[in-house]
Amino acid sequence: MISEETLTEKIARMVSTAAIYLPDDVKEALKKAYEKEDNPVAKNVFKSILDNIKVAEEEKRPLCQDTGTLIYYINAGENFHLLGKLPNIIKKATIEATASTPLRPNAVDMITGKNSGNNIGERIPWIEWEITPESEEAEITVMLKGGGSEAPSLAKTIAPGLGIKGALKIAIDDVFEAGAKPCPPVTVGVGLGPTGDIAMKLAKKALLRPIGDRNPRKEVAELEDKLLKALNALGWGPHGVGGSTTALDAHIEIAHRHPATLAVGVATNCWASRRSTLKVTKNKVEFLTHKFLNREEGATS
Amino acid sequence: MTEYHFKTPVSEEKTRKLRVGDVLFISGTLLTARDSGHERALKYLREGKPLPVDFSGMALYHVGPVVKKEGDKWRIISAGPTTSARLEMYEADFIEKTGVKIIIGKGGMGSKTAEACKRFGAVYAIFTGGAGALAAKAVEEVIKVEWLDLGVPEALWVMKVREFGPLTVVIDSTGENFYEKMRKQVEGKLKKAYSIIGLE
Repeated sequence: MISEETLTEKIARMVSTAAIYLPDDVKEALKKAYEKEDNPVAKNVFKSILDNIKVAEEEKRPLCQDTGTLIYYINAGENFHLLGKLPNIIKKATIEATASTPLRPNAVDMITGKNSGNNIGERIPWIEWEITPESEEAEITVMLKGGGSEAPSLAKTIAPGLGIKGALKIAIDDVFEAGAKPCPPVTVGVGLGPTGDIAMKLAKKALLRPIGDRNPRKEVAELEDKLLKALNALGWGPHGVGGSTTALDAHIEIAHRHPATLAVGVATNCWASRRSTLKVTKNKVEFLTHKFLNREEGATS
Repeated sequence: MTEYHFKTPVSEEKTRKLRVGDVLFISGTLLTARDSGHERALKYLREGKPLPVDFSGMALYHVGPVVKKEGDKWRIISAGPTTSARLEMYEADFIEKTGVKIIIGKGGMGSKTAEACKRFGAVYAIFTGGAGALAAKAVEEVIKVEWLDLGVPEALWVMKVREFGPLTVVIDSTGENFYEKMRKQVEGKLKKAYSIIGLE
């Protein structure tokens, strides 16, 4: 049986790996953007990005010094054998990954301004829970969310009469205003729902989807295509130097709305979209995003 | 577009030669400061207290590095630039009062900084954001660290670097600001972007 200690170690390994190695879909998207870029300055920026990815992997260094706020998404079965232990496991794994990688300590006390030094603090790391009935397994995802790309994130409630077009305009205006600041090419998550908090949560969750993935609902998938095209029409390019790729992708998540509200959340991520997922059952841990870890460590306990 | 290789400290005469679009590599001492570092430095200067390092003719990097302590030596693991826009509220004052000549960050700075660059012969240059592993490779050693009580990211790191770059000059000492021009260009494309989502 997978023990508390084993799962702690595996999650720490996953977090550490996510800081060093980008997911394959993000790497591929950046390579493609480099290849198709005509603007010579933008091409150089993409080259630095790709060189940096290589150096980080070769030297096992975090690819960006801002190793982010750690946000964990847990999708656990009601009968998962370590369910109640997960908050403590995640806390311990965070401390371990911070020391071993090393990650930058990014948890600052709201009142005193003091950095805790180990990425643990009030309500941090943040955990989002979903419980699956009658299941015995769990999927645990970590997002390393950089600060610079968080600055443009917003939630706003508009009159439903303005429609989804009105909501998507907010995302376009946001990426326009943000310019070079969030380290474009960005990925943009848009959440549409009844209240600001729901829209924002959906927007953030949308950032977890792989580049190129489309919403299963056809109408939403079409909106994603249009939004991506619109964002790239802005021409900010990588790091705002001009160019054809301002956004690597746009993902939209929806919920039913209130008759009187249309809330929109916009979450932006930098080019270094760092995330990783593992699946744990009673007797096995499997890394789903960074699959090479399964070969290195052996998938089982 | 010209390529320059500077050793810090640099003279104003040299930084005044740089133009928007020029590529720059820096060797010698590199100093760092972010929000809290700027705030404390300016507070010290107002109170007439000495700063722990001399900024005149120096290069100031907006960065909060990932570091590791090995024995009594610090090692820089990853050190890409942070978003400079946050420092806009301090930088003009900082340039005027410290004599710093090269500001390095990412994402661009505003008109107050551009005006200070013009008056005092300074420049603002960018390093590719997020390229922390690449940046750290140019760091030869950490000479010292001050104000560590502000936390690792906000502390004032004094590093020795070799051929740190490529940096692209985006604000020069004529006050020209690349990102302001870019913004106007992009603004002109908003209409087209709106039309793609079906807005007139």
